[in-house]
Amino acid sequence: MSNATLTAAPDGSPKVSKVSEAVIRIAGNSQDGIQAIGGFLARLAGRSEQEVMTFMTIPSTISGAPSIFQVRIGSGEVLSAGDEADVLLAFYQHSYEDHINSLRKGGIVLYDEDHVEPKPEWQQDYRHLGVPISSRTVEAIGGTAKDKGKNIYALGLVARMFDLNLPKLEKLIRERFTGKDESIVNNALTAFHAGYAYNLSGVVATYQFVESQKKEGAQVVMNGNEALGYGLIAAGVRFGAGYPITPWSDVMELLRRELPKYGGTFVQCEDEIASVSMALGASYGGRVAVTGSSGPGISLKTEAIGWGVMAEMPLIICNVQRGGPSTGMPTNVEQSDLNQAVYGGHGDSPRVVLAPADVEDCFYTAIEAVNIARKFNIPVFILSDQSIATRIEAFREPDLEKVCQDLSPDLSPIPDQKPYDLSIADGVTPRAVPGTRILSGKYPIVTGLEHDEMGHPTGSPKLHLQMSAKRRKKLQTLAATFSTPKVYGAEKGNVLFVGWGSTQGPIREAVERARAAGEQVGSLHIRYISPLPNGLEKIFANYNHIFVVEMNDEGIYGFGQLAMLLRARYCDPKIRSIAKTDGLTWKVKDILERMRTKLAVN
Amino acid sequence: MSLPATEIPARTGNITALPAAPAADERKGLTKKELAADHPTWCPGCGDFSVLALYFKLIEKRKLWHEKITTVAGIGCSSRFPYFVQAHGVHFIHGRALPFASGISLSRPDLHVFVFGGDGDAFSIGGNHLNHTARKNIKMTYVIMDNWVYGLTKKQTSPTSPQGFKSKTDTWGAVDYPINPMKQLVSAGATFIARTTHTNPNHVLQMMEAAMDHDGFSVIECLSECVEFYEGAFDASNPRKGGVFNLVPPEHDVTDEMAAYKLADASFPGYFGVFYKVNRPTKNALEAKINGTVQEKFKGLKDWQILKKNFDRMK
Repeated sequence: MSNATLTAAPDGSPKVSKVSEAVIRIAGNSQDGIQAIGGFLARLAGRSEQEVMTFMTIPSTISGAPSIFQVRIGSGEVLSAGDEADVLLAFYQHSYEDHINSLRKGGIVLYDEDHVEPKPEWQQDYRHLGVPISSRTVEAIGGTAKDKGKNIYALGLVARMFDLNLPKLEKLIRERFTGKDESIVNNALTAFHAGYAYNLSGVVATYQFVESQKKEGAQVVMNGNEALGYGLIAAGVRFGAGYPITPWSDVMELLRRELPKYGGTFVQCEDEIASVSMALGASYGGRVAVTGSSGPGISLKTEAIGWGVMAEMPLIICNVQRGGPSTGMPTNVEQSDLNQAVYGGHGDSPRVVLAPADVEDCFYTAIEAVNIARKFNIPVFILSDQSIATRIEAFREPDLEKVCQDLSPDLSPIPDQKPYDLSIADGVTPRAVPGTRILSGKYPIVTGLEHDEMGHPTGSPKLHLQMSAKRRKKLQTLAATFSTPKVYGAEKGNVLFVGWGSTQGPIREAVERARAAGEQVGSLHIRYISPLPNGLEKIFANYNHIFVVEMNDEGIYGFGQLAMLLRARYCDPKIRSIAKTDGLTWKVKDILERMRTKLAVN
Repeated sequence: MSLPATEIPARTGNITALPAAPAADERKGLTKKELAADHPTWCPGCGDFSVLALYFKLIEKRKLWHEKITTVAGIGCSSRFPYFVQAHGVHFIHGRALPFASGISLSRPDLHVFVFGGDGDAFSIGGNHLNHTARKNIKMTYVIMDNWVYGLTKKQTSPTSPQGFKSKTDTWGAVDYPINPMKQLVSAGATFIARTTHTNPNHVLQMMEAAMDHDGFSVIECLSECVEFYEGAFDASNPRKGGVFNLVPPEHDVTDEMAAYKLADASFPGYFGVFYKVNRPTKNALEAKINGTVQEKFKGLKDWQILKKNFDRMK
């Protein structure tokens, strides 16, 4: 609500204010269904052609621990989940005390009077609004409901406060509980209406979002893991294998559930190594297959990924990154597996690494990754992370008829086949999948041993040189097909932010704020981590300072992981790091503060 | 060929929907010459030679075509196998041949998948994969060429080395209790378990044929002597060396788990033949059944239309 701020209504008179956006933080415990409230709000925004972005933290324990869900809804472009909340909905004392600092001064704290004792010293800075949420919910739907339903009651309060579209929300509630007992749907609607009917307007103004611009086409609302899973299906992937690990498990659950509709299969394996091996086996069988994990699991897969590089086998490896190393912070975000993706493994094993920039990009990156893998016969990493995996965004529905692919293998007989043909200049050799009759009677072996052109083992120094060059050249050929990323903001000037993955939104918002303050700042977002696209050095030349903004440690030498890679690649001392590892997404103001500190000392 | 007929659903995206195989032409069964690829790198006298020769014989006898078989192996002397066979083949990493082969088997029901490997692959580094491939009953044939020693790395203790065996890692003699392959396979839930030895070629072929015909995960432990690092290990099972080759008694009930376990308890040389064989639905069949049921609801829809249904719910 940057433009029109929320203010208390004078003297209880009902008043309606127009706002362009709002950040609502819901704080409770993990089993309270607060993600459901956030999900309803996000979906409603999508259906109302508004932009939306969410942010959540969940504890790594099963239930009972504190959890938050933040929704930012706006009529204009929403780039991040918002630095400060306009409204805090607090279910418990700890929710209230732990999150009051996330509320901007003058913001509204809406709390459950049954559980929260407001602090007098905070009354000055924040507008306090107590509602007996728990007891009113029980009153509305009966004692058996216990704590269940208070989330929906609170949704009713928020709906009234923001004058949200009632029929659309009712429809969403019906859809959500469809297939369940009719009494559950009725209870939910009863709780919702009770919350909606609670008389808030006497004490606080009602807010309406200003009309957003009409968006072309329908919007879909989903989180990054869903976009990734559906992207893989659209790409034509019909086989996957994995082992559960947070925050990747959602993707495997989705694929296990959805793939049979398309005649495909997802196998839950005994471990990470079996998963990558089985996916490689299916890829060998003729269609690009997928495996995935989070950092620790990817570590276990690296030997087999090295085989994939050597044998030239297509494979998609999704890494939904979390805080590391080791078990680390399973439900927090970090971008600390870049080195693992680019370099992790034994020997020289060049591979492809792509990083989607937002939820929508997860869908299209999946398709792009599959097409690179099958054209270049190489393992391709998709580096997602916990924040992009769990945040909900609305984006334009893809043209599914156009983007969906069929990857059925061609089993027509062929005269001859050399799986590792050295006569092809760009290093890209086609593959004959098993089942293909080869008329010469000479059949290929795919192997992890250094090999000759037919895949038979060799200890020849010359062949090792030639084959290493072949595996490297493929990536140089690929890099030439990438378009140079476009600069956001000032095309030349003082500062260029460079980012990758889920940080695109906050970085762009930082650019906007800096420019509004008169600073010459631009940003560049790199989706192709390895190989890098050509032409970045020309962009770097246009700025005095280059700050690589990432969520990982600055390391022994003072540079984050992408910064280190870029410095090695471009030998440009202007490249410096703005890095952090607190397990949370970037706040826009933190990026700008860090920039100003760095500029001040230099 | 006795492979089970595979139902091929109509939708193009199906992992099982492959172009129909060319009509049975006048191809003659492959000869040994057409099947031999690289000359084996095994030491002269190695038991693995006879397993390879009998694999060729199996392909010849059962009129399998180059393109219809896939030979997969992990790492070890025996795992060099695919290089010596003129057919689509895979030399994968140590211990992981079974999950790789599972990926082929589950996505390509038109192929017969054979896996060859040694005791290190099967019972040590890949031990857990053996358990899970067995319990899932994924259709393939696995021949474990057991020589009781690590040969490729030159004489270290193997998980099947008997206690007291002197290796470079146990110069005073192996101390750890060895794995009993038959017992392990029975308790893991394998649906076809047989034991043979390279010195009895007819028996090896017989076991291979029976294993290939089994609809499920079929495993053969084939004693295969390492003449370099464990010479004479299996003499007691070889009548030509004064040993005895005891067939599984005819009265043995192959569907009786306890009887199979008991049979496996006999001290070396023990028994040779089929220890256990039951029909339990394969994972291949169970997954195909799930897909059939699910796909019934989406009959006539193109892939993008199925996906559209999900997207419509996310608006």
